[in-house]
Amino acid sequence: MHELAITQGVVDAVTERLGDTRVSRVVLEIGRLSGVAVESVRFCFPLVAEGTPLAGARLDIVEPPGRGRCRRCGRETELVDPLAVCPCGSADLELTSGRQLLVKRVEVA
Amino acid sequence: MCGTCGCDDPAETRTVLLEQDVLAKNDRLADRNRAWFAEHGVLAVNLMSSPGAGKTTLLERMVTDLGGELAISVAEGDQATRIDADRIRAAGGNVVQINTGTGCHLDAEMLAGALPVLDPPPGSVLLVENVGNLVCPALFDLGERHRVVIMSVTEGEDKPVKYPHMFRAATLVLVNKVDLLPYVPFDMPRFVDAARHVNPEVDVLPVSATRGDGLDSWYAWLRRAVPTAA
Repeated sequence: MHELAITQGVVDAVTERLGDTRVSRVVLEIGRLSGVAVESVRFCFPLVAEGTPLAGARLDIVEPPGRGRCRRCGRETELVDPLAVCPCGSADLELTSGRQLLVKRVEVA
Repeated sequence: MCGTCGCDDPAETRTVLLEQDVLAKNDRLADRNRAWFAEHGVLAVNLMSSPGAGKTTLLERMVTDLGGELAISVAEGDQATRIDADRIRAAGGNVVQINTGTGCHLDAEMLAGALPVLDPPPGSVLLVENVGNLVCPALFDLGERHRVVIMSVTEGEDKPVKYPHMFRAATLVLVNKVDLLPYVPFDMPRFVDAARHVNPEVDVLPVSATRGDGLDSWYAWLRRAVPTAA
């Protein structure tokens, strides 16, 4: 359940930037290769947000797929989960995207 | 009217772009730890495994075997109790216990707090025993130079594909308890295939912390990784 710490990180990141400003919506980007369970973040968010300027805010999460470059054939390929392999069969992939864990934007009232 | 785009949204909300990395705070503190290790000539290794893979037994053995040759400090991470730190201290090691409470992993701030207490000397090794867990610790950089996963033959050879994040981040996997191989169905070549599937560059060393198999290779690996005195 590192999602509890991750969700706390979301609330901290927002309040560090915006102080006491009331937040009505938070948009996160959680890459499919990030190792974070999106459903757990949704579960934790209202609990962590309670008593902060994010209390009651709507949470939207975008989950972009990963991308990787195959070290064997050089092809750039889309990766939907951490075990995905290149169409050529190789698992030797340099991950170029999909591990991001970002607070993209917030809406303030 | 909406203050951002001029639409007629009656809520009058304003959008603020943040593009803020959620792990940025931990990563910043981890970079500070990394700089501290470089400045002090200390090799920091983050040891991660499931509960019961034999991390503490291996550490006790290392403190005993290498005590005269290599200065070893240990940061012990557990949710509760000082049991592990007491075991390392009894073996003669310089140790600090970090209790994470409800936390399932160590973070860079917790390790930073342990450094002034441990005060590892130049040319020494700091072994961080993370909380026994193959999921959460993978995400939190501590500023270590290497991540070593310890797994035991009783856990089954498919662990790397079940916990890909953990194995992908490792430099080395120690396969512990090989003294039990006659009694458990563990296929070492299949394990190595599974580990290389998620991490093609990973090294694998079979060891037994109780009987001593393979420990010379592990110690040689550590000696090569220790920064030479400036």
